Amino acid sequence: MPQPPAVLEAIALSRTVEDVREGPKSLLRNIDFRLEQGQVLAVIGPSGAGKSTLLRLLNRLDEPTSGQLLLQGKDFREIEPAQLRRRIGMVMQRAYLFPGTVAFNIRYGPAQHGVSLEHDQVEALLEHVGMSGYAERDTATLSGGEAQRISIARALANHPEVLLLDEPTSALDDTSKAGVERLLAMIVRERETTCVWVTHELAQTRRVADLVLSMRDGHAVALGPPAQVLDA
Amino acid sequence: MLKFLFHTQVSLGLAQAAVVALVTIIVAQLAARRGALIGREVPFALLRGLLQILAVGALLALLLRGPWWTSIPMLAAMILAAGTIIRQRVPELPGAYSISLLCMCAGAGGVIAFMAILGIVEPKVTMLIPVGSMVIANNMNIQALFLNRFLGEVRAHRGEIESALALGAKPGSAVAPYLRASFDASLIPAANNVRSLGIVWIPGIMAGMVLSGSSPVYAALYQFVVLGMIFTAGAISCIVATQLVPRRIFTPHQQLRALTR
Repeated sequence: MPQPPAVLEAIALSRTVEDVREGPKSLLRNIDFRLEQGQVLAVIGPSGAGKSTLLRLLNRLDEPTSGQLLLQGKDFREIEPAQLRRRIGMVMQRAYLFPGTVAFNIRYGPAQHGVSLEHDQVEALLEHVGMSGYAERDTATLSGGEAQRISIARALANHPEVLLLDEPTSALDDTSKAGVERLLAMIVRERETTCVWVTHELAQTRRVADLVLSMRDGHAVALGPPAQVLDA
Repeated sequence: MLKFLFHTQVSLGLAQAAVVALVTIIVAQLAARRGALIGREVPFALLRGLLQILAVGALLALLLRGPWWTSIPMLAAMILAAGTIIRQRVPELPGAYSISLLCMCAGAGGVIAFMAILGIVEPKVTMLIPVGSMVIANNMNIQALFLNRFLGEVRAHRGEIESALALGAKPGSAVAPYLRASFDASLIPAANNVRSLGIVWIPGIMAGMVLSGSSPVYAALYQFVVLGMIFTAGAISCIVATQLVPRRIFTPHQQLRALTR
């Protein structure tokens, strides 16, 4: 019997860029993984390992030089980029909220394809991330932890099938960090969202991951369950 | 004082230009010592500007007696030259030259043609060249300000733009706030000129007309017409630019290009 398509699959994914001074520079080489519904893949490795490059390819913010990416069995290149990005939400290291109110930010994603969220829907999303009553707050007045929670709610407003998290707690203080991590773990469990979580914290990896991809210098060093990869 | 030393009009003009250039270079060098990069460009820009305007003066002396249509290649050449200058201001923008030409043809070219057809600018060389050059020169500055500001905004807000893309926004929507900010900023000088007309400054064309014997009221009205043309041409070229520029800074797969200088 043929295997059902994975939610997200990378096959021999590579990216090389042309450096003006140094010539071709390989940022990512032959990355493979396969994620089923609700699985969390933690991507770990030192700075410059290619973790963020991988995430940018998964959101198609950059183009792979070779290899293939499949969403529910369909090649990324066959999906219109804006539609693909709605289906694959991304939370970046910094929140990058847009100027204006929290509600404007929450409504932004759905509004891009003509869906207008009602006040109750905005409130429900804010409640989900522990920010009830913040809808009319100006984003300029939020703390780092609050802004990151809003950026998570903003990504969830599109109901993504896959959530990409690019070190979402690295810019936060310890108290906010623990709160945001708990929130993300809860969201992934409750919604059964398939997730790729870039982190450099091994303790966090043990807490949240089903699979770990360890990277160095743009290639995969190991891929497997946390105990197998981290204790090797 | 110079009048006592130089007795012909040409020698007096050269002396006046030399004094102004000297003062400008001294001020620019003072600015350069304080870290302003523009100071290094000034001596070359002054020399280039002087040679260009002398060449144009000589050419105008020949052309002013010609038929009206000789102003068309002159104005077209001005637009081509202005496009080159704009491209040098924004070398990191792919296709900057073609964008500038299209925008200026639509803005400056369209407004000059429209005004000439209506008879607001008399269709003769002595009117089309000086008025047209003013509109084109200002249009060039407005375009350069627009593109420079926009690329600066994009570089400064790369994170916000990619966040918008990641939320499913199309490139045009992702950069819309920065296009608006650049549009407004680039038209501030032209808008200020219209607002301050007659209060803060009396522009050159009006002064020239009064000196050459025109009625001051007609000269004032005509100056208003010219400033209106400059503002309208600038706004049209910026509107065209807002349509063309986003396509150049994104890849066909809606990815923001690296815009390094």
